[in-house]
Amino acid sequence: MTTRRDFLTMTAGAFALAGLPGAVFAAVPGDRRFVVVLLRGAMDGLAAVPPLGDAHYASARGAIALNPESCIALDQGFALNPGLKALEAYYRRGELLIVPASGNGYRTRSHFDAQDLMECGLVSKTRETDGWLNRALTPLQKGDRRLGLAVGSAVPLVLRGAVPVASWEPAGFRAGNSDFTASLGPLYAHDPLFGPAYALGTKSQDFSNTVLGGDQPKAQGGYGPKSFEPLASAAGKLLAAPDGPRIAALDMLGWDTHVGQGTETGRLHDNLAGLAAGLDAMAQAMGPAWSQTVIIAVTEFGRTVAVNGTNGTDHGTASVMFVMGGAVKGGRLYGDWPGLDRLEENRDLRVATDSRSILKGVLRDHLGIDAATLSSKVFPDAPGLLPANGLIRA
Amino acid sequence: MVAAAVTNAVFAASRFGFAPRPGDLAAIGSDPRGWALHQLDRPSTTMPSDLPASAPMVAAMLQAREDKSDEGKKTENQRLRAVYLAEQTARLDAAVTSDAPLLERLTRFWSNHFTVSCIRPVIRGFAGAFEREAIRPHVTGRFADMLLAAERHPAMLFYLDQVISIGPNSRAGTRNGKGLNENLAREMLELHTLGVDGGYSQNDVEALARILTGWSIARLRDPDAGMFRFYPQTHEPGSKTLLGKTYSDAGYDEGVAALHDLAAHPATARHIATKLARHFIADVPPPDAVQRIARVFQSTSGDLKQVTAAIIREDAVWKAPYAKVRPPEELLIAASRVTGFVPPAPFTVTSLHNLSQQPFFAPSPAGWPDQAGDWIGPESVLHRADWCQAFAARLPNPPDPVALADGIFGETLRDETAQAIRRAASRRDGLALLIASPEFQRR
Repeated sequence: MTTRRDFLTMTAGAFALAGLPGAVFAAVPGDRRFVVVLLRGAMDGLAAVPPLGDAHYASARGAIALNPESCIALDQGFALNPGLKALEAYYRRGELLIVPASGNGYRTRSHFDAQDLMECGLVSKTRETDGWLNRALTPLQKGDRRLGLAVGSAVPLVLRGAVPVASWEPAGFRAGNSDFTASLGPLYAHDPLFGPAYALGTKSQDFSNTVLGGDQPKAQGGYGPKSFEPLASAAGKLLAAPDGPRIAALDMLGWDTHVGQGTETGRLHDNLAGLAAGLDAMAQAMGPAWSQTVIIAVTEFGRTVAVNGTNGTDHGTASVMFVMGGAVKGGRLYGDWPGLDRLEENRDLRVATDSRSILKGVLRDHLGIDAATLSSKVFPDAPGLLPANGLIRA
Repeated sequence: MVAAAVTNAVFAASRFGFAPRPGDLAAIGSDPRGWALHQLDRPSTTMPSDLPASAPMVAAMLQAREDKSDEGKKTENQRLRAVYLAEQTARLDAAVTSDAPLLERLTRFWSNHFTVSCIRPVIRGFAGAFEREAIRPHVTGRFADMLLAAERHPAMLFYLDQVISIGPNSRAGTRNGKGLNENLAREMLELHTLGVDGGYSQNDVEALARILTGWSIARLRDPDAGMFRFYPQTHEPGSKTLLGKTYSDAGYDEGVAALHDLAAHPATARHIATKLARHFIADVPPPDAVQRIARVFQSTSGDLKQVTAAIIREDAVWKAPYAKVRPPEELLIAASRVTGFVPPAPFTVTSLHNLSQQPFFAPSPAGWPDQAGDWIGPESVLHRADWCQAFAARLPNPPDPVALADGIFGETLRDETAQAIRRAASRRDGLALLIASPEFQRR
């Protein structure tokens, strides 16, 4: 646990790095905080929040169906993956809203296109230079204080645009990413030089991980799903500071589980545990500001309902969205359930809730952005899409 | 362009450059050899004029040696770090933006041939100046001129201890009993000219060391402080015999004549031709190609433009794609060229340090090694992959990796790489995989 003194020192240093002026320009109503976590690679929503109550669940998922005994039962037949255990308390306290069967309105199974569209807040590729979160900042940004903060190596598209934002990354940080490392084996397999070198290198790395317990303190953040936690925790501290940023975006990688995604244990479980630990750490770091906070965790699309030939899942359609924070009217699931018996193109979970209606609802009720701006500027190609009501505590 | 022409343009861009920038392949067009040859007529890259010349930096180093205070050392160290970063940024920018990337490749080849390394901290402030002053002006000029410029340069004279070498029978030598230091003479014969098998003996090393006595740097109190200066009072008197030839006592001119003869020696032609062919063609280059290049070196009196042109004309260059592994610095430059993104200096310098090729920190006077096995092993392949991810994570605006891979590899793109990039979980992952791919790791 950081002492208050450490914490103040840390934030002062961080602001110097990010070039944030110290002066206070209150612009966000009630000093509210809003965080977007982009889960890149397409999170398997059916594994994160399994619909155990759906009569077709076990048969549709086959080998990757979760054992109900090991899941954390919620309401309406839904449960939490054991990897998300750290989020249970937030749900019970009414600070976590879960939107199963949500999607972003577009229909593409390309990561590149889908991530662009998710970040631009659009359904077709018409403009790819600025993100919806940056456009949402326009009415909030008053004075020269930078309200928006990108936490990580680069500013994600969702936060790029006309409004200047700050960015910050812990020194020596290395984002862990199991998707990338999983691709290296096949990439090098047939190369006479890189193939054997890579095989030997990973073998000796696995060996030392086994011997040393797999928790070697590498650079801050380290490798794998555990790298999200320090980033999220730092983001929380920065947002909590009285003169800090109010809006932040950060990435978490490693969701593209085509191969061996696992069930109660394994790669996807570990990534979910990393996500939950990070969100929990961010909440802790927020301190009293948590009551004024909303975090949205969203992914570019879901994954196939059925298991594929390599014990993983392929690119699908709907996934799950988390809305979490002290300001959230949570402790429940939101939206309809389309069922696992009527699938999109006979393979994917259908979208029941357009994610942008959730985003609109949060932006309107939490940040006070008016409906006209949301329709014309923030999500310009969905003017008719109504904001979701009642997501935020009065 | 038809596929074969694209393929040849791909080879040209990587073998006689670093990697194509957007549009480069179209510019190379259907005449890749012509494109490569034409670069040899281009003026050398203009480096930023605010980079400090060696003389004031040498003078500052001499001054700092007298100032022993902690404050003075700290100030000097900060200054040296700033100069080092500015030099690295400038030479990285030059390579990334050059329209004549072959000249930048040649600059690095020759800079490595005449290695000066900041492992000897005394040269930290002017190692970058060494490359700009002694190497760049001569990469398409005469070898003998580059040799003289490199050996006379303060960075070389300090790095290989020439500044403390004193003729035992010189006025200074007889007065204080100090003597020869053979370091520069030995490396000049072994590394810079004849090569280790070039047929010289220990007597030749000593003779060259005696010939070179007096070559040093003007001291702090001199008006030309920090510049090359010949000191007759430390020069070994009498005639010397080097490689069977007698050099009569002629002071500074002895050394100039000896260097001239070393440059013209057939062993030097063979040694240089072998190194160039290894660098540009293959780890184990075809012996007949080496022979042809050596003959051009010999017959043109070391005209490096003609010598480089001879490499470009070798068929082997065009028939052995991806024969060479990119050393870390070339990997960084290539990644920056194809993405148009040059990361800031602290990241690039740290990266190259972690990948074991920090510029001007070669482990020995032999410079960086130049074969695949030197760079690729079980540990280093993981470090490289890590770095590819770190680079991609910093791209401010990542381009579409599928289109980029098509554009820079043409039909040389392997199915495995195309598939990995297409299936990548994000643009950044796709770009990291592109940079990590065996075809991008090679040239």
